Amino acid sequence: MSSVTQIAPTPVAPVVTRPRSRKRLRKAGWNLVALAVLIVMVFPVYWMVSTAFKPGRKILSYTPQWFPTHPTVGNFTDAVRQPFFWDAVRNSVIVTSVVVVLSLVLAFLAALALAKFRFYGRKAFIVVILGVQMVPLAALIIPLYITLARLKEVDKLSGVIVLYLTFVLPFAVWTLRGFLLGVPKELEESAMVDGCTRFGAFVRILLPLVGPGLVATSIFAFIQAWNEFIIAYVFLHTPERQTLMVWLASFTTLRGTDWGPLMAGATLCALPVVVFFLLVQRRIAFGLTAGAVKG
Amino acid sequence: MASVAESEFLIASRRRRFSRRRLGHAAAPYALLAPAAAVIGVILAYPLYLLVKMSFQKYGISSLISHKGKWIGTANYASIFHDAEFWHVVLRTVLFTAVCVSLTMVLGTAIALLLLQIGRVMRVALTTALVLVWAVPVIVAVDVWRWMVDYEFGVANWTLAKLHVGNFVRHDWFANPWTGLGVFAALIVWGAIPFVTITVYAALAQVPQELLEAAAIDGARPWAIFREVTLPLLKPIFVILTSLSIIWDFQVFQQIWVMLDARPASDYYTMAIYAFHQSFQISEYGLGAAIAVVMVAFMFVATLVYLRQMLRTGEVH
Repeated sequence: MSSVTQIAPTPVAPVVTRPRSRKRLRKAGWNLVALAVLIVMVFPVYWMVSTAFKPGRKILSYTPQWFPTHPTVGNFTDAVRQPFFWDAVRNSVIVTSVVVVLSLVLAFLAALALAKFRFYGRKAFIVVILGVQMVPLAALIIPLYITLARLKEVDKLSGVIVLYLTFVLPFAVWTLRGFLLGVPKELEESAMVDGCTRFGAFVRILLPLVGPGLVATSIFAFIQAWNEFIIAYVFLHTPERQTLMVWLASFTTLRGTDWGPLMAGATLCALPVVVFFLLVQRRIAFGLTAGAVKG
Repeated sequence: MASVAESEFLIASRRRRFSRRRLGHAAAPYALLAPAAAVIGVILAYPLYLLVKMSFQKYGISSLISHKGKWIGTANYASIFHDAEFWHVVLRTVLFTAVCVSLTMVLGTAIALLLLQIGRVMRVALTTALVLVWAVPVIVAVDVWRWMVDYEFGVANWTLAKLHVGNFVRHDWFANPWTGLGVFAALIVWGAIPFVTITVYAALAQVPQELLEAAAIDGARPWAIFREVTLPLLKPIFVILTSLSIIWDFQVFQQIWVMLDARPASDYYTMAIYAFHQSFQISEYGLGAAIAVVMVAFMFVATLVYLRQMLRTGEVH
């Protein structure tokens, strides 16, 4: 009886509100589905971070503890005290920063050529740039190893840096070219009419306008170089010369069951990338789709 | 007279100067391209050539030291093509790629469509979650999944045991290659969905609203609108995403390699792992190169599709 009184306020209202409430119900349903998707997607990340903060005995329990009720940073200090952690951090920082700077300069020059000049072989170069991104790295490991061995560049950071450049450059050139094309030619021309030199127009007009492109590209290069595993794994043998990802992978094989410090180490390795990624993801996604859909 | 000669000289010199400037202008793009082209050329073109050359050679440990392989014609290819294991590996890699790519594309697109249906707050939350997953480095993801499917304390076994869907207490996922590869497929699809979803969602936002409204007014049902209006418009994006996914998934290496402690059983060999094993573990670099060449040939098809679509969409002009 009480339920009837609850759902029947006035005789007119249901007729008006039913379609709207059905719509709202449907939307609530979709929101619920989205919540489920969100939980499934985020769970592994959550599980990593929450395990990292749990004390050892809570991790090794047959009934999982869903939330770290007694959080500890012990796992993080354990992870940081692992052999070669700081070596790996230093190597990763060196490799990453050199790759970012070099790829930015080289890619910007090449992108300038592709966006601002019409020349013979331009389209061929674009096809190469796009095609090169498709070359399977895993297949090239063998000849790359032999080439670098001949040049005495195996087990050196410099060798790895050059290899990373090759795989970062195509995408960097492509992205920067897109940003440069977005700058209207008239802006530069009017600056030159107003008395700027070509170089002056470049510094005052072009550079500030492609600034976001440069930021996006350098962060992309950062992420690529930071996350790369296969090349570093094959080419850097000495533990002191390995990068963080190789350190993390060998951590696994040495003490596979020590989950707390492992998850803490994984969290630390992922942290810089996650921060940078949240900053630029919009631009990267947009760069690929811009102009691809024509109404 | 003198003034005429002088003016002619002036014109000629100006013309010369002009043409020199034009020459400089013509050379500029090549000079700008040169450094990037040199790096790509030296580090990709030469190894690619070396790969093909080595695939026709007997190249062992001694060759690694002397830098010389012994020319044996197509013997490496004959050897792998007559090797039953090679065909198993090819079949496994193709099937694995097909499963991963179709799951990634279907689920990724479904979540992109879902993003259109939900409220603003939920949309921001879900997009942020996707970006977070996208940002997780592969090796980190491998470690996390390894922990989740741990046979003793893994949260996956506990959950499945609680749901009473089978005996999952101390269940070893990697004892059986089917469930093991299933774990790898889940890991790869989980990591690949964000890129597909966010790209498709960005493309969906560019579909003209009038077209969808017109179709709705004409009485088309939502599914029909999706199939007849949205899908054809998004086809270029789907072609690009699918070919990229094929290329990424076909060369799967690090997930399997790291999760199985760099010693995967032969049941887990994909083409990349098989080539790596032949070269670096049993020092048959020539055989490894031949396998890698076959792999490149497979992927070349996907690359062609991708390139054709990129050229067609007018991105290249």
